[in-house]
Amino acid sequence: MATIGQLATQPIKARKHGAKSPASIAFLVALWCALGFSILCLLTLLITSVMDGLPRLDSNLLTQYTSQIAPERGGARAAIIGSLWVIAATAIMAIPLGIAAAVYLEEFADPRRWYNRLIEVNLQNLAAVPAIVYGLLTAGFALSIGLRRGVVLAGGIALALLILPVIIITAREALRAVPAEIRQGSLALGATPLQTVWRQTLPSAIPGVATGTILALSRALGEAAPLLLLGGLVTIRFDPNGLLSGFTTLPIQIFNWAGRAEADFQQLAAAAIILLLVMLLLMNALAILIRNRYQRQW
Amino acid sequence: MTTAPSGSTTPTDWTDMTSTDAPTTERPAAAAPQDASAREIDVRVDRASGRYLPEVPTPVIECTDVDIFYGQFRAVHGVSLVYGKNEITAMIGPSGCGKSTVLRSLNRMNDLITGARVTGKITYHGQDIYGSDVDPIEVRRRIGMVFQKPNPFPKSIYDNIAYGPRVTGMKVSSMDDLVEESLRGAALWDEVKDKLKQSAYGLSGGQQQRLCIARTIAVRPEVILMDEPCSSLDPIATARIEDLMEDLRKDFTIIIVTHNMQQAARVADRTAFFTAKAAEGTGDRTGQLVEYDLTSKIFSNPADRRTEDYISGRFG
Repeated sequence: MATIGQLATQPIKARKHGAKSPASIAFLVALWCALGFSILCLLTLLITSVMDGLPRLDSNLLTQYTSQIAPERGGARAAIIGSLWVIAATAIMAIPLGIAAAVYLEEFADPRRWYNRLIEVNLQNLAAVPAIVYGLLTAGFALSIGLRRGVVLAGGIALALLILPVIIITAREALRAVPAEIRQGSLALGATPLQTVWRQTLPSAIPGVATGTILALSRALGEAAPLLLLGGLVTIRFDPNGLLSGFTTLPIQIFNWAGRAEADFQQLAAAAIILLLVMLLLMNALAILIRNRYQRQW
Repeated sequence: MTTAPSGSTTPTDWTDMTSTDAPTTERPAAAAPQDASAREIDVRVDRASGRYLPEVPTPVIECTDVDIFYGQFRAVHGVSLVYGKNEITAMIGPSGCGKSTVLRSLNRMNDLITGARVTGKITYHGQDIYGSDVDPIEVRRRIGMVFQKPNPFPKSIYDNIAYGPRVTGMKVSSMDDLVEESLRGAALWDEVKDKLKQSAYGLSGGQQQRLCIARTIAVRPEVILMDEPCSSLDPIATARIEDLMEDLRKDFTIIIVTHNMQQAARVADRTAFFTAKAAEGTGDRTGQLVEYDLTSKIFSNPADRRTEDYISGRFG
């Protein structure tokens, strides 16, 4: 038995249970394997797409319409423009509604009221509803107001409904992150609750709201199911030019091309996948940029 | 010519003084007890400023039998207090005694807490601020508040000051002048005059708190409520805020909640001591007012045993 005096003269022993023990090495290897597997899947997808699609990553892809007769010269022009139209329609409907709903729930709603609690619970559920259900809902809605299903407006409504819960939830989180002291400071100066929201809370929450919104929009951009159900057209040879115009989008176009037997269409599908991935990557990069740029420590 | 009237008035003065039923006897009568108390400690003279405080304050805000509830829980019971004009009133007491709750109820900041409810009467110049026709926004414009933690807005120093006047629609001839005046009022101008457009977050804690005071006085309230304004500041910053309060008293009525008894003793004209009492069955602690008097009286000769125990450090 070493006394305290003896212990003090001995050097501190080398660790026994650190990162070098067999158990922790095995665990670490398992973690690396899991990570490696997911990256491998992603790489396989990317590499095969690039190898298949590389020959067709040309200007024709961007500028030409799809063609049944000469698929080797066809492109995704209508789908790109269609995607932009649908996403714009989605954004215009979903962003103001989503932020307004989030502001109400976070700043004005009395959580003791049963209806507010009901909304609260259902919001979480709505975010988990499969995308195709929103397509069905919109199809039914379009029918009832006499709107043609396969138009930009209908697609926009379906996607807006799809991402609305996501926008509301992320916007609420961003609003909740604004310290209560800021609101109290504003109210104590004699500002109204509405002025406080407009001039303090919402501007402070904008980075978080923007990040969530962009991520939600990029999800909408990649979505095919509800639009297929609505009957987004697959072979259109014109630029969609309004809310009531027929449309196709990149995911629908890819779905269609990938289902064809001809090698030319397969190549086109691969090239369009790369295009879609690049667009999604850019949107996500923008979201990260906004988040890092305006991140604030309270 | 001048000596004749004075010569004639002197004897009359003397006769008035000696005759007990004459109206002018009130002067020596008032002087006599003052002399008597001066031999011990004259509790009615504020030690810091040498000001003579009236026995009963000129009321600005008056609480009468106030109870404050959070839902079913009674946080404060039976508080009756008069906050005097151009005085600094301190509210002291152990944690959970309801002093901050009382403070926040004075400008209806408690309304923001769901389930908070006030019974009894709180009047501002005689008007019930919880009356059905009273706009809480208007109450807060007249009764400003400085918080425990400095809470500047994430804006420039200039915009922090200008925010209040802008949102309240104050008629301002020159916003620049108002900003300067407010910053001077809060003894911050010299430190920030060259960086008005910079973010308020770049200031030190003490500067941020003085900015919050400047922001509050920019909307020209009559009363400033301070909720432990120095609890997150170092002693030097605290001393500056205390000096500032002394200056602000000329124009404003200040009500301060503090954990620091020395601070109350240093700055306050009058002090209210609160304590919490546990309910028999539930053990819920309800705050109540124990004693309210001139600060010098509270700290030298308190009427209540609990006050004496608290200020001498025996509990709390």
